[in-house]
Amino acid sequence: MTKKKERIIKYLFTALAFASLVFLVGIVLVLFKEALPIFSKVSLKAFLLGESWYPTAEPAEFGILPLILASLWVTAGALVICVPLGIGSALYLHELAGPRQRAVLKPVIEILASVPSIVYGFFGMVILAPFLQNTFDLPIGLCVLTTSIILGVMATPTVASIAEDALSYVPRSFREASFAVGADRWQTLTKVIIPAAGSGISTAIILGMSRAIGETMTVLMVAGGSAVIPHSVFDPVRPMTAAIAAEMGEAPVGSDHYHALFAIALILFLITFAFNIAAELISRRFRLKLGLSR
Amino acid sequence: MQKIGFSALFACMAANILFLGGIIFFIAARGLSSISWEFLTQAPRDSMTAGGVAPAIVGTFYLTLGAVIFALPLGVACAIYLTEYSPKGWIVNLLRISINNLAGVPSVVFGLFGLTVFVKYAGFGVSILSGSLTLGILALPVIISASQEALTAVPQSVREASLALGASQWETIRRVALPAALPGILTGVILSVGRVAGETAPILFTAAAFYLKGYPRSVFSEVMALPYHIYALMTEGTHPEIQTRIAYASSLLLLALVLSVSMLAIFIRARQRKTYNA
Repeated sequence: MTKKKERIIKYLFTALAFASLVFLVGIVLVLFKEALPIFSKVSLKAFLLGESWYPTAEPAEFGILPLILASLWVTAGALVICVPLGIGSALYLHELAGPRQRAVLKPVIEILASVPSIVYGFFGMVILAPFLQNTFDLPIGLCVLTTSIILGVMATPTVASIAEDALSYVPRSFREASFAVGADRWQTLTKVIIPAAGSGISTAIILGMSRAIGETMTVLMVAGGSAVIPHSVFDPVRPMTAAIAAEMGEAPVGSDHYHALFAIALILFLITFAFNIAAELISRRFRLKLGLSR
Repeated sequence: MQKIGFSALFACMAANILFLGGIIFFIAARGLSSISWEFLTQAPRDSMTAGGVAPAIVGTFYLTLGAVIFALPLGVACAIYLTEYSPKGWIVNLLRISINNLAGVPSVVFGLFGLTVFVKYAGFGVSILSGSLTLGILALPVIISASQEALTAVPQSVREASLALGASQWETIRRVALPAALPGILTGVILSVGRVAGETAPILFTAAAFYLKGYPRSVFSEVMALPYHIYALMTEGTHPEIQTRIAYASSLLLLALVLSVSMLAIFIRARQRKTYNA
């Protein structure tokens, strides 16, 4: 094995390793290229804040505020479910579960995380929506509430595993010191460990939000498809992801509608990108604060 | 206070079990009756009201296989670079951030990327090829993480022993580190299979079709796929009664597939941990 061959192999691996970066940059470039044309027809402000999304009308209107608000509403609703349940589960696993319980419960969470989104969407559409429709006497069960519930369930494993990871990084010395000054387990948990893991738990919540806002198939099947600004949780809505997925098939390539959909995708990407960067920065501060190097 | 608090935590954990159980139960209860040998091996007939979903199963298989073929070499190469060639800190950070961000990209955005780059620019059209490549990018972070974890778990002493015997760096990687990391890499592949098989949005515009006459003839053909089939049945179907039942069965099938894959991966990982902790 010659030195030269070794070096070639090393360069080869270096090049291949950057594939993920290449794809990420590629996605950004493609989104920008296909999205930019719409902004010669509609100003950025009118696009983001316009209240009418009628892309197929004559003349077409491209205001995506209803879509953005829809995404925000369903994500907020999802947080109501996934934050308490996710963090609660993480705390249970960290504090109360013995090794035998953990061996069963951690896989349960992982398996819940692996259920395909289409199955969640299908479940929401044929079981949850009719149930809510009957219970609350609604004209239609496909609405913000249904979507939030399903998204919340979907995001819970994400929040739970990241929060549990964060809790496991809190040094034992913190616990022991707390016991040493006379605190009981609950006080130790709430006043010492959770605050210490605070940034890590924030990361978990942010990534849960990112998951919920980026989810496509579930919202496509359950949110109702009506592109209007929601005024109650019982309103059918059309979040950004659903708009893209539903309308892309019928938008002629190169048309304004086509470019507008790419613009929505770009904004969606920027939102999740911002979430991920925020989570990255917070978790880095978290690790430094706890004195862990990495 | 402590008792109330701890009970609340238990309830949170129990909710997870309830959700998982609920989904499996409802889908199984209503879907099981439609599953038959015919369902699994026949193509659909009578505008999707009879017959089976075999082409969708085959399509999902091809797409998943293609995604793994594409993502595995790239993913393992990236993991090797990060663990064996120990690049400078800023490179490691940059790559880690890229990988994490790629993992967080919404699946519909992948679909648009695949549509633009593979279907249009590269001219592959709506095909297995475009779909596999798009799904491959989705699978890449999963394989990289698992491979990295596997390679890092290989003790440094083993590598040093190899180098001490006169092997070069590449020989050490090829003959010592990689083989030792193989089970972990395999876990990554299995996890990515589970992930990819269930994805719908990336294949919406790049590979999937609802009603195809036959089985795919080449990598350039459109293909049916289980997740897309469920979606299309519920949103484009013309006979809701019957087709909802078919959708239940297809969901059950997909769920069974993905869950068994996940459990397999978890099982392998658990056994791995045991051997390393022994």
